[in-house]
Amino acid sequence: MTLPIPSGTRDVLPDEMRERHGVVAALRDVFTSHGYGEVSTPAVEYASVLDRAGVAASAGAADPRFRSVDEHGETLVLRSDMTVPIARLVSSRFADAELPIRLSYQAHLYRGIVPGRGQSREVLQAGIELVGAGAPEGTAEALTVLVGALKAVGLEDARVAVGDASIFPTLLAGAGVEDDRRAAILHELATRDLVGLEREVRAACDDATAAMLLDVASRRGGLEVVDALTDPRAVAATAGVRSVVEQLDEDVRSHLILDLGLTLKLGYYTGAVFEVYAPGQGHAIGGGGRYDDLLGKFGRDLPAVGFALDVDALHTALVGKSRGSWRVGWTTPTAIPSPEPVAAPTGGHAPIPGGGPTVHAPIAGGSKGSGPSSTEVSS
Amino acid sequence: MNPFGLRIAVPRGVMMGSTLDALDRVGVDTSEVRDNDRKLLFEEPGIVTMRPSDVPTYVESGAADVGVTGKDVLMEQRTRDVVELADLGYGPCRMVLASIAGDPDPAEEALRRLGVMRVATKYVTIATHYLESTGRQAEIVKVNGSVELAPLTGMVDAIVDLTATGTTLRENGLVIREEIATSTARLIANPATHRLKADAVDRLREALVAG
Repeated sequence: MTLPIPSGTRDVLPDEMRERHGVVAALRDVFTSHGYGEVSTPAVEYASVLDRAGVAASAGAADPRFRSVDEHGETLVLRSDMTVPIARLVSSRFADAELPIRLSYQAHLYRGIVPGRGQSREVLQAGIELVGAGAPEGTAEALTVLVGALKAVGLEDARVAVGDASIFPTLLAGAGVEDDRRAAILHELATRDLVGLEREVRAACDDATAAMLLDVASRRGGLEVVDALTDPRAVAATAGVRSVVEQLDEDVRSHLILDLGLTLKLGYYTGAVFEVYAPGQGHAIGGGGRYDDLLGKFGRDLPAVGFALDVDALHTALVGKSRGSWRVGWTTPTAIPSPEPVAAPTGGHAPIPGGGPTVHAPIAGGSKGSGPSSTEVSS
Repeated sequence: MNPFGLRIAVPRGVMMGSTLDALDRVGVDTSEVRDNDRKLLFEEPGIVTMRPSDVPTYVESGAADVGVTGKDVLMEQRTRDVVELADLGYGPCRMVLASIAGDPDPAEEALRRLGVMRVATKYVTIATHYLESTGRQAEIVKVNGSVELAPLTGMVDAIVDLTATGTTLRENGLVIREEIATSTARLIANPATHRLKADAVDRLREALVAG
């Protein structure tokens, strides 16, 4: 008898569970070695408390979707994000703590899904929050930990897109664009519609300003994309990004892609924003950024920065299922090159332990849904 | 693989010829695609072919790096996480609200006397948003083809559909009452590709826009 589970959820069987533990352990080692203490918060919280963040309306998929009412009539929600619960935790439990506060977590989150997109209702995230450290030093530390975490799990090829949520608001305010026009432009940017962006920008600005804004929005690459800016307004607005990158060592820099048009849909980011990509993965496998206004809404006004990685997406990237390349023999130049994707990590244990199953061979194809087994991977 | 090193999703149907022409002009050899109507995947030029409405699905997932599809498709699938890179200009058409010719407009009559208009469409999202945003109550009826039939049989009061020349509407005794949006072919990219292969994406975009 096969009994159903809700769409967007799945069972994890021992083979996958062991590999997942390996990924989590490698991440935890990196977080610990940088001085981050692990915390756990309840999966259910009061809606009235999380709503203080004021992001629910803009958060889209990250909006809490599972609600219930407790015995006192209070609305409870299943957390859809860890940054907001940690903001609550810091103001309640670390009110007098010395700064900065370094916290890490690995926790399940619960989200709404769009059917038919392979999205998960239940997401395992591992991440850090660095509270009380401003830009650029705090941002640089978060990026250093992030790149270290990606390398530790064996995703040397992963890249972190780094943008700054304040660039466009600053440029638009400087250009004297009215509020409603500004909102329309930011909407096109957030939904990545560059055709709509050009239309809105040209309608709102003079030609020179429009050309400058469109140029900034399309710039992706290394520090040279900031160096090449000539318009003094653009140079000033991107000074924050530059100062963060200048704090980083060469190895961390080589894992970054500056993207001056990057914005994230989560409403609480105020400065630097990150998105993590791995070759062969169409979706971001993690993200984060600076949220200097969020803690204040919970009673302790502190700058903060953090990131979260989707553990199962990291695992999928490690397994190297660059979809398409293994089914029809496409050769993708940036596909994860090694058939043994895991480099020996720091700390002496393999994130994906080798060796055979420790239990009876699982039911065929059991742990990762349908599709060819990993033996069909061509590399 | 093509000189850009990108997997390109090409829409079958009315936009296919113009898309292949555009790709030929920027140095992607599409002759194999033109010669073979049934094959779907062409390794040499790095092209996969599919229905226009499937292009955002493949590009969003990363199974294709970039693709060409109509703005109408992107409007209908507005939650897809893809980067809309450029308006390629060809394949122009309009999304319209149409009803049976004559005065008064049967859709307006239904709204006035019954408080709701019944509207048949393949584009449920676009129709719903448009009618909501213009403050009209509507019952949307999803159909999969020959939308013009729906008002002729009395099933609905109006349709929301895509039209290039208006000929099919006219031949079925329908007239355009409102224009909802115009649509042309768009170049879209996967968000990860847009960053990881920024140079290749920018080169393809510039070549296609200049082409």
